[in-house]
Amino acid sequence: MKILVVTEHRQGKWNNASFETLAAAQQIAAATNGSVVAAVLGKGVSAFAEELAAKAVAEVLAVDHDLLADYTPDGYCIALKQAIESAKPDLVLFPHTYQVRDFAPKLAAMLGKGMIGDCVGYRNEGGKLVFVRQMFQGKTVADVSFLGAGPWFASFQAGAFRADLVQAHSSGKAPVNAVSVQLAAAQIRTRPLELFKEAKSAVDLTQAPLIVAIGRGIKAPENIPQAESVAKAMGAEIAASRPICDEGWLPMERQIGSSGQTVAPKLYLALGISGAIQHVVGMKGARTIVAINKDQNAPIFEIADYGIVGDIFEIMPALTEELQKAK
Amino acid sequence: MKIIVCIKQVPAKDAPLAISGNWIKESDIGFEMNEPDSFALEEALRLKEKHGGEVIALSMGPERVKQTIKEALAKGADRGIHIVDDKFFELDPLGAAKALSAAVKSENPDLILTGLQSDDQGFGQTGVLMAAELDRPHATIIMAIEAADGKLKLKRELEAGWFQWIECPLPAVLSIQSGINKVRYATLKGIMAAKKKEIAVVTRESLGVTGEPTQRVEKIYVPVKTKKTEFLTGTPKEMAAKLVEKLKFDARVI
Repeated sequence: MKILVVTEHRQGKWNNASFETLAAAQQIAAATNGSVVAAVLGKGVSAFAEELAAKAVAEVLAVDHDLLADYTPDGYCIALKQAIESAKPDLVLFPHTYQVRDFAPKLAAMLGKGMIGDCVGYRNEGGKLVFVRQMFQGKTVADVSFLGAGPWFASFQAGAFRADLVQAHSSGKAPVNAVSVQLAAAQIRTRPLELFKEAKSAVDLTQAPLIVAIGRGIKAPENIPQAESVAKAMGAEIAASRPICDEGWLPMERQIGSSGQTVAPKLYLALGISGAIQHVVGMKGARTIVAINKDQNAPIFEIADYGIVGDIFEIMPALTEELQKAK
Repeated sequence: MKIIVCIKQVPAKDAPLAISGNWIKESDIGFEMNEPDSFALEEALRLKEKHGGEVIALSMGPERVKQTIKEALAKGADRGIHIVDDKFFELDPLGAAKALSAAVKSENPDLILTGLQSDDQGFGQTGVLMAAELDRPHATIIMAIEAADGKLKLKRELEAGWFQWIECPLPAVLSIQSGINKVRYATLKGIMAAKKKEIAVVTRESLGVTGEPTQRVEKIYVPVKTKKTEFLTGTPKEMAAKLVEKLKFDARVI
């Protein structure tokens, strides 16, 4: 199976999820007696291409064009469609980033194909590839397979594969081949303007060794002080899942998850957090995870080291008291 | 501005799910408006209030979906379109987008809005695929919409705290990020008014949607645990004491 991996970068820096997907591609290629081709798009991408060439890939495709300097869905779809038509891969893999969500389904549709997005793994069942993805907010997983001829399109969720397992090229460097694409300014309908960050975050949760995080289970903003007492007794930072920050109950800078911060503290205490995928990708690297939730089937328990099935409003005050005693 | 909002009905958040093949048993659970779509609906209603026009709620699924369309009408949508389909869950993302696109083509809307993704299947592809199907520009994960002079200025959310403004011509398809606004509740007046609003009923067959699926959900199952969770039991006080002890002496993290 010939696998094309589409890598991602912004403002001169790799999106590291690119290498996780490259590792996945190398593993699938090894299992299917196939090969991996890595592609990088942009304007002036030779340094990125050289870096990819040092990995165990058969070839690097450098798609360089002035109109690819900034990401646009039209530019990327038009350019990648041509690259795919010339490289003829069986499978095209992407990291499941916000950018990929924005264009990859359309790219597949332009070629009359479908995409299985946000996969957490794959299985090779006697030559048939089955992709595994979560459904119902992580409460279930599904085996999904492609129908019909390739190229097939799939994306892997951040953290599904380990970037440090990417194999280096065995004998130096893979060839870097420039792919010239036809792309005109009139074909690009949206115009990207400035990139910016909102007010500089006052807290850096990525550096916090202990985090107490709240989710929908906290029910109302007037209940947050109870969670803050637990955090204070522990010496932890307070954080939250997206819905809490959307409601404005805690500032956005305290949000953990795919659209917030990604953390890997010593301890992550999840209070009333169900464990939807978007949250879990931001905290599953924590060394010890404690989940307290009234729903024993909450997906957060899948990744918890310690679990308490119960009412957080009964447990929070008790926990604050015990933590103070233990000091 | 004529705006179509694509709204899915999904199992209620706390519904206990029982798996049946490649879908769930629908008989014993409640359903509700997909939360990400409620933000798209709210955004459509706000755009209408500001710029005038019409909001049309579009949904696909079995008869139960009417309830969610009615909820959208009660909140202020002007009319609804229901693609009645008991087997909607067998559609792949492309098939669903083709059906939704076919249902709105003759409406020729200025704007099509979707939520970020559905809380059931969670493919997150509908808006982007409708843009492909209807050959319109699109943008996703939108946190602000400013409409002026026949075009849009949009705030896109990127990852890790980054944002970007983009310009997009009309007509367009946008996927709205959850949390873009505070969604309204239906008023009693709205609920009464909704009773008089029209819901057009179509089927995939009547829309002439064909095409082979590109993928198939083979089966759905409860994930196999990869981590062994130690569950603590007792009274709240006992559980709290046990947890502190575990964290202090076993995990040694506090």
